[in-house]
Amino acid sequence: MSEKKEYKVIGTRPIRHDGVDKVTGRAIYGADFQITGLLHGRVLRSPHAHARIVSIDTSRAEAHPGVKGVVTAEDLPAAEDKMADLGEGAVSLKYLCDNILASDKALYKGHAIAAVAATSPHIAEEACELIDVEYEVLPPVLEVRQAMESDAPILHENLRTSSLGETGDKPSNIASHFQHKKGDIDKGFDEADVIIEREFVTGTVHQGYIEPHNATALYNPDGQLTVWCSTQGAFTVREQLAEILQYPISKIKVVPLEIGGGFGGKINVYVKPVAALLAKKTGKPVKVLMNRADVFEGTGPTPASYITIKMGATNDGKITAAQTSLVFEAGAYPGSPVGAGAMCVFAPYNIENVVIDGYDVVVNKPKTAPYRAPGATNAAFGTETVVDELAEKLNIDPLEIRLMNGAKEGDRRADGPVYPRIGFIETLEAAKEHPHYASPNGKKYHGRGIASGFWFNIGLESSVTINVNPDGTVNLVEGSTDIGGTRASIAMQAAEVLGIPAESVNPTVVDTNSIGYTAVTGGSRTTYATGYAAYEAAQDVVQQMKARAAKLWDVDEDNVQFADGEFSSINGKEEQISFRDLSARLGETGGPVIGRATMNPAGAGGAFATHVVDVEVDVDTGKVEILRYTATQDAGKAIHPSYVEGQIQGGVVQGIGWALNEEYIYNDEGEMTNASFLDYRMPTCLDLPMIDAVIVEVPNPGHPYGVRGVGEVPIVPPPAAIANAIYDAVGIRMTELPMSPDRLLKAMGKI
Amino acid sequence: MKSFEFFEPTTLAEASSLFAQKHAQLLAGGTDLVIGMKAYTETPETVISLQKIPGLDGITTDNDKSISIGAMTKVRQVELSEDIQQYHTALAEGASEIGSIQIRNLATIGGNIAHASPAADTVAGLLVADAQVDIASADGERSVPINELFTGPGQTVLKPGEIITQFRLLHPASGSHYIKHKIREVMDLAFIGVASAVNMQNGVIKEARIGLAAVAPTPIRATEAENLLSGKTPTPELLAQAGEAAAAATSPISDLRCSAEHRKEMVDVLTRRTLQNALDRV
Ligand SMILES: Cc1cc2nc3c(=O)[nH]c(=O)nc-3n(C[C@H](O)[C@H](O)[C@H](O)COP(=O)(O)OP(=O)(O)OC[C@H]3O[C@@H](n4cnc5c(N)ncnc54)[C@H](O)[C@@H]3O)c2cc1C
Repeated sequence: MSEKKEYKVIGTRPIRHDGVDKVTGRAIYGADFQITGLLHGRVLRSPHAHARIVSIDTSRAEAHPGVKGVVTAEDLPAAEDKMADLGEGAVSLKYLCDNILASDKALYKGHAIAAVAATSPHIAEEACELIDVEYEVLPPVLEVRQAMESDAPILHENLRTSSLGETGDKPSNIASHFQHKKGDIDKGFDEADVIIEREFVTGTVHQGYIEPHNATALYNPDGQLTVWCSTQGAFTVREQLAEILQYPISKIKVVPLEIGGGFGGKINVYVKPVAALLAKKTGKPVKVLMNRADVFEGTGPTPASYITIKMGATNDGKITAAQTSLVFEAGAYPGSPVGAGAMCVFAPYNIENVVIDGYDVVVNKPKTAPYRAPGATNAAFGTETVVDELAEKLNIDPLEIRLMNGAKEGDRRADGPVYPRIGFIETLEAAKEHPHYASPNGKKYHGRGIASGFWFNIGLESSVTINVNPDGTVNLVEGSTDIGGTRASIAMQAAEVLGIPAESVNPTVVDTNSIGYTAVTGGSRTTYATGYAAYEAAQDVVQQMKARAAKLWDVDEDNVQFADGEFSSINGKEEQISFRDLSARLGETGGPVIGRATMNPAGAGGAFATHVVDVEVDVDTGKVEILRYTATQDAGKAIHPSYVEGQIQGGVVQGIGWALNEEYIYNDEGEMTNASFLDYRMPTCLDLPMIDAVIVEVPNPGHPYGVRGVGEVPIVPPPAAIANAIYDAVGIRMTELPMSPDRLLKAMGKI
Repeated sequence: MKSFEFFEPTTLAEASSLFAQKHAQLLAGGTDLVIGMKAYTETPETVISLQKIPGLDGITTDNDKSISIGAMTKVRQVELSEDIQQYHTALAEGASEIGSIQIRNLATIGGNIAHASPAADTVAGLLVADAQVDIASADGERSVPINELFTGPGQTVLKPGEIITQFRLLHPASGSHYIKHKIREVMDLAFIGVASAVNMQNGVIKEARIGLAAVAPTPIRATEAENLLSGKTPTPELLAQAGEAAAAATSPISDLRCSAEHRKEMVDVLTRRTLQNALDRV
């Protein structure tokens, strides 16, 4: 670990800046948004999982007196097979548009077909029933292995498999296949004394954010489009709108309202372009709100997957080879997070010989979207279960086998990157030293499980400006929407530089016209990258204020220093002025001071976590109770420890839900049968013990305070940790998620 | 939600004559009805609130320990009533299992029963309490035993215009227990619900009543299992036999919540557990 730095603000736990607004109900969310002349939009969705759209007749709906406009895919600019570039690689524009309003085919139940704007939400709902759609219903395919079969129903006639640089010659549901290779896999397995090979299946799960998607759009007669909405990234919405509507980016302003959760699910747009089309058609502002069923059926969940893992180790515990095939469902259009899964699958371990194959497969489900460390949880469920089994076969403690093989600085991951300083080993040591690990674990049907996880984290573009107020406070202007307390964690980094309390920084999240480009709040990047920009913008403020002090004192700028909130002169004259006093004198010394910084930092630094869980299995009912949960995680440097703990606890809870209950349940027609929070069961606080979040700090060399993103990796280990604990409790290896009572009773042979 | 006409009558007579109209629905706490209206599974043209009619709520206990519960009594009151906790523990436990405190402060016991979900949480407790359901209409009053109220999922013997006024619990039990088999601790519906109640005499089971929810088209009593128990000294073997007999009496469905086999297996397990706990409470 590096030398201990003394911080005044970093590492403290101030009240978040948005807290009072949120607990007093003053914060404005999308559903709260009002504007004069507002119409209400409603989307008609496909009742079929797979159907050709023969015709759409909107005349009866249009004739309804309360209806002001109806739109279908015909209202979207013709999307030839052009590629759209949204910064994350090219995607087909047709696919992008078809997911907003289906043109030729409905590819999942809930697929948007048409939309109505009316004078009330109820009329809009009723008018949807007046739209006559003729479908030619086709057989659906819902599971990746079935979708890969040669006689499977084909979703896209024009889709050809792109595999290792070659393009297939006939229609297929396999959008792509890629491979990462390191070392000599055969040699690796030859060296192994024990080889374990297992298959895993995971279910489709949803992020389950509280607030449904929403958008209000207004077209001004001058062609200016404004969209108020809930999003993880206003600039991403602007880009997607520009592509989908084929509209100049400079004519679009996106105003992010408060956001009630996203977890990756509020990056892609759904109702935003629809609201824009309706606004254009009616000339009025139009608000479109989803309900919960719309959210489950019409927005991206994270994929189900079919995974095989084969790993070999020597008798003394060295893992010599690892091989996997990751088959992920993309949903209706290509683009699952299998690539990210492949980056993470063996990432915690330094293994010489590795082969990773990834497959992206389309099925008749909503197009998948990111969800907290997308792909990594699926992958880790496989790897961490097999590592547990290796440890058991070799009679090595499960933490020890991870310590023996754990990746360190300088090790190279199979997909290429070489690790900078990382803290995986430290998370294992923290778990080993935790009283939880030493506590007794021998009761009947009680079990303990261990699993680790990795997420690479990202940097990307962020912009921050800081306006200095005459009372010594500053207004911090940022483009990162605040989902998990980032107003606080970003403001604190500026406060530390400026030597002022966190409360003296007023952070504001602004629209796309009011700040430089800022990428999404996602990839665990915001406290890292936007925080870094805040740090740099604050440095810019200090630099400019030094010049003002020099002017006041008539000294050379180089002779002004700044420490602990005080400017002082270091040569000759004994002068001193506080940040606060100087901020009152900016007018007279040359005008306001605005600090600014934009950046795209490369050193995000990966995040590692190790979890220990105790469970009790009720062998009669199949229910699994979580008795105790400890999560250790390398945060690099915890800016606001409460929010780091909150991220860890939140991620663990979602991971537990994924492990034990959550899944999309489909009938044979391909209809989701549990599109509500009643039957899509996320755990509540009463289902869980307090989750002990242990912050490990191995500073990230790529950030001035050592920050690593913390938001995603905590969801990665829980399913494997719980599966390993269930094995410890009842001797059964669960290889299918969720590990619901029904499945567990079946696995135990009880039913 | 479809638009509808709304009435707030202040007498039962007025309510039941309005209710006799076509496409009318009663509004008690609204926690089933309004959800259904939003989902378009309920599209009443007329909604009649019972909330302004005096005298339909409250819990009273007579000298002989028989208890009446007004139909408009909030399930939260049922849960917290000391008399119900003492003489009909299973019913208080069932009430305490509904949704969340916020829901229980709105939901009524009358709505829970009239909605006739096979999974309703107060139904097993009312079955083992041998409750009488008092019904009023413009034509007069009648009373049916709770186990004759239900005719199918969402269906009862209630005729248009008939309103449940109260539940009378005539047979206090010396020990009873309800288990809701669910996945989540709160905000979940019963995969199955089992209540057992026993009265003991000199170490022998004088009478046993077992109520089962969500294992058949209507909630049922496991009469064979009950008969097996009565007059016998409780032993683990006896409880196991009762569990099997109760499971045999069910005809559960497989649905997305649970497979039929799982439900049958759980009836066996939970009948044993609730009986044991009911005995422990005597
Ligand atoms: C979030 C949530 C969670 C829930 N969890 C549970 C749960 O865990 N367990 C459970 O059992 N239920 C649960 N419910 C369902 C519901 O809360 C209960 O069934 C409740 O008791 C219904 O009562 P109510 O007063 O709200 O009925 P209402 O919705 O007002 O009425 C329901 C039906 O009963 C009829 N009705 C009402 N009163 C009478 C009467 N006196 N005479 C004749 N007919 C009448 C109405 O016409 C209507 O058709 C839940 C509901 C929600 C929204």
